Amino acid sequence: MDPLTSAASVLSAALAIGLASLGPGLGQGNAAAAAMEGVARQPEAEDKIRGNLLVSLAFMEALTIYGLVVALVLLFANPFA
Amino acid sequence: MNLSFFSHIFLAELEVGHHLYWHLGKFTVHGQVLITSWIAIALILTVVVLGTRQLQREPAGLQNFVEYALEFVQGIARAQIGEKNFRPWVPYVGTLFLFIFVSNWMGNLFPWKLIPLPEGELASPTNDINTTAGLALLTSGMYFVAGISKRGLGYFRKYIEPTPVLLPINVLEDFTKPLSLSFRLFGNILAEELVIAVLVLLVPLFIPVPVMILFLFTGAIQALIFSTLSAAYIGEALEGHGGGEHHD
Repeated sequence: MDPLTSAASVLSAALAIGLASLGPGLGQGNAAAAAMEGVARQPEAEDKIRGNLLVSLAFMEALTIYGLVVALVLLFANPFA
Repeated sequence: MNLSFFSHIFLAELEVGHHLYWHLGKFTVHGQVLITSWIAIALILTVVVLGTRQLQREPAGLQNFVEYALEFVQGIARAQIGEKNFRPWVPYVGTLFLFIFVSNWMGNLFPWKLIPLPEGELASPTNDINTTAGLALLTSGMYFVAGISKRGLGYFRKYIEPTPVLLPINVLEDFTKPLSLSFRLFGNILAEELVIAVLVLLVPLFIPVPVMILFLFTGAIQALIFSTLSAAYIGEALEGHGGGEHHD
């Protein structure tokens, strides 16, 4: 592999996973905070809130996972290698 | 590519993109994925067949466990599809949940590394994009079947539903659904195995165990997410006039 391509791939893999975790991190924080507030207000709805929270967290998690998939493609299945 | 610095520690060896290739006619398949998914299927079938062989009015032992699993997947389907027409979809949603759950846990609980293969390695079948893409495409097909069987060709009216301007976005949704379903599961399971491999490389004993327990939890959550979302898509197709939301 061309050294410039390897260097750029490693750097962009790191950037991909780092940047992709920024937004979902903020979003998950917001969602968890809102869920906590909801449970504090209405403890009897805790089970329902927990289920919905887990599903929405997984949705946000998916965005980071897309970044991870891009990073893995760059590292292990680089089309430009 | 092989992470070459892993290769001198046998148990921490990690290969991404190396497979045990089998040639069946014109096709090339990933043998290790087929082997592990057959093991998962055999495991589920054994437990279910043994649990339902002699049904008792008062369940005990394995029958109790199987009934609990059935009620759990029924709960998923009921919550997402609705009380009225969830029944025909329980087998599909339940199969997805059980297969993904057993696959995810197998990857963590079985000492696969002790069984050497000529090439590639045994791991959870869901860490291969082909498995997850297959399951996700099955779900896409299923919600079309659900919508068309319930509402006939009127199902396709949902594409122009709030306004025809949204037609491209509505069509795009049919492609992003299987894409996100498959990438979510594949990425999560592969990430788990990568993290464990890196941890085992750093500290081979004991330290990775709590992380593996955490990954048992996330594996279960991913199985739940996959089946919940499949059920939600099916419920949306059955219900219509929803535009992405579901009512439980």
